[in-house]
Amino acid sequence: MMNNPLPLLRTIGLEAGYGRGRKKVSPVPGPLDLALHAGQLVCLLGPNGSGKSTLLRTLAGLQPALKGSIEITGAGAGKLKPAQLARKISLVLTDPVRYSNLEVWSLVALGRYPYTGWMGKLSDADKAIVAWAIGATGIEALLNRKIATLSDGESQKVMLARALAQDTPLMMLDEPTAHLDLPSRIQLMQLLHQLVKRTNKGVLISTHELDLALQVADEVWLLQAGGQLSKGAPEDLVLNGIFETVFDKEGILFDKTTGTFNMHQGSGKKITLTGEGAPVFWTKRALMRQGFTVAPPSSPLNEQQPTADHVRISEKDGRTIWVLEQDGKTGQYDSVESLLDALK
Amino acid sequence: MEATQLSPSAGIIQYATDKRKKALILAGLCLLLLIVFLLDIIIGSVRIPLREVFKVIFSHTENDTWRYIVEKIRIPKAATAVLAGCGLSVGGLQMQTLFRNPLADPSVLGVTAGASLGVAMIMLAGGSIATLYTIKELGISGSWLIIVAACMGAAAIMLLVMSISGTIKDNVMMLIIGIMIGTITLSVISIWQYFSSPELIKDYLLWTFGSLDGVTGSQLYLLMLAVAIGLIISFLSSKLLDALLLGENYARSMGLTAKRARIIIICSTSLLAGSITAFCGPIGFIGIAVPHIVRSLFNTSNHRILIPGCCLIGTILMLLCDMIAQLPGSQTVLPINIITALVGAPVVIWVVLHRNTISRQ
Repeated sequence: MMNNPLPLLRTIGLEAGYGRGRKKVSPVPGPLDLALHAGQLVCLLGPNGSGKSTLLRTLAGLQPALKGSIEITGAGAGKLKPAQLARKISLVLTDPVRYSNLEVWSLVALGRYPYTGWMGKLSDADKAIVAWAIGATGIEALLNRKIATLSDGESQKVMLARALAQDTPLMMLDEPTAHLDLPSRIQLMQLLHQLVKRTNKGVLISTHELDLALQVADEVWLLQAGGQLSKGAPEDLVLNGIFETVFDKEGILFDKTTGTFNMHQGSGKKITLTGEGAPVFWTKRALMRQGFTVAPPSSPLNEQQPTADHVRISEKDGRTIWVLEQDGKTGQYDSVESLLDALK
Repeated sequence: MEATQLSPSAGIIQYATDKRKKALILAGLCLLLLIVFLLDIIIGSVRIPLREVFKVIFSHTENDTWRYIVEKIRIPKAATAVLAGCGLSVGGLQMQTLFRNPLADPSVLGVTAGASLGVAMIMLAGGSIATLYTIKELGISGSWLIIVAACMGAAAIMLLVMSISGTIKDNVMMLIIGIMIGTITLSVISIWQYFSSPELIKDYLLWTFGSLDGVTGSQLYLLMLAVAIGLIISFLSSKLLDALLLGENYARSMGLTAKRARIIIICSTSLLAGSITAFCGPIGFIGIAVPHIVRSLFNTSNHRILIPGCCLIGTILMLLCDMIAQLPGSQTVLPINIITALVGAPVVIWVVLHRNTISRQ
């Protein structure tokens, strides 16, 4: 699929922004040459204020491009009528939909809008597609609820179902995981990932949630504050250090080995840690939060400072225990919390 | 495709039973409408028995006074109430959907204020004796001059609002501009009132109280035509209105041409509100209250149901208000505008408190 010669979405020399003439504000000066293929999930990443939404809205045809051109399935987007464009691109936006007083089924059914006649009456085929979209997003239990009574996660799934019912080759989602708790975020991203593979749609998601994007994106378009855009497989962008430079802010470090951001730079006392599995990972995090610099015992750090405190994690009677060797004394603890108390 | 394999889910079956329930409510309302319509003809300063009313309508009655009252006063008045009830409620519904604002009504476009300006110009200009003579001769509400002036005032403001609506991008801006134009217009009227004599102001104030009387003959046909055109445009745009429920961006992503839709909706609302204000004076509250009652009763946002629902409930409420205004058993008639506010406001409060139809933004 990736070798499909005709991309679903292509931009040539695109410049995105607001206004015309002298009052022009262009957060994404480009010029951008982008392509999105069928079966591809692309994450548009960037810090707040980098122009993600502006670029997405421009690509979706909600606002005109300042310069350059956009092609949707080979046709110039400017030449498509709104009704034609609606059969190519469906959207999930950040606009509030709560006021509408719509029940969930009717809201999803609105996705068939571009296909229905002047009265908006649904045919059996339309209803079948609505039912499919409802099944694919797993919102059967919500059908008779009003949109206003749903949680943020539920409501986002309903909006996704509406976009699916619109049955377009391209789908764009603006910050779909904003306001969601972690399980809902992962669930939504998983759902999108599966949908792309199953339906062969091209999906563009704007988000600032790097860790999720790294897991599901086939390609990342990384937008920087100045408007430059780097693109590539997420793994490549990690390895060549582009993530680090873009998200570089004081006190925040991108850890290449884990793909996460670290808030706490170990600057305080050194401590060594040995053990296996998950407890090591989480103990390390807890120690770093407390300001320790954590190192394995064999590192050069240890040789320079042979007197550093040492934490050994082991198992006793099927339970994890933490053994702290400090100034020649040894203490045993049964939780991270009690270990941290002892270190204070 | 997987779609064909999936059987309709429980929600869709539920949806079908809902539909049957809605049809039942609709039928019940039609019956209620008929009853209220007949009651409105019977009740008044002169009580006319139901049998006589039927005789007037369907055959022949010997009592010429009763026939005159029924044919020339009661039926035109009830018909005017029907038209005003339909037009104002549907106009209100359209404004609430277009602006996604539960407090919007037809007057937010400034059309009502425009009609008032037209009337004020005629009444308060006060220079021409011919003007005053016509008003005195024909009565305030029935005067063609007043109607023409109100229509022209409403049309002028409507054209202004439309020309602005073609150039701006979003509906919130449109809402603010509409309200501001209305405020400016009303201020102009206030200046005029300030420099006018008390007698002229009294005439104008009487017009602002609103009245369903005096719209007869060719005037009634004209009003009927204007309201019918407005309602037909409105019903034909129910699909546009449905799409606008999710806001302008979503509507555009579904293929709606936002500017064209806005112009169509403003056009039909102006026609409805403008013509009714011209003939009956500014009647408040029906436009805000009725859409809320309908949404809560039918529990839907589908405009194909809401628009006929608004026509029914709007009509019933308007006829009820008219009956209350007659103060049954007395010779006094209260201005209709007072009654619609007295009845409408508690209804809105009740709906807001008891039904969760106006959801949190």
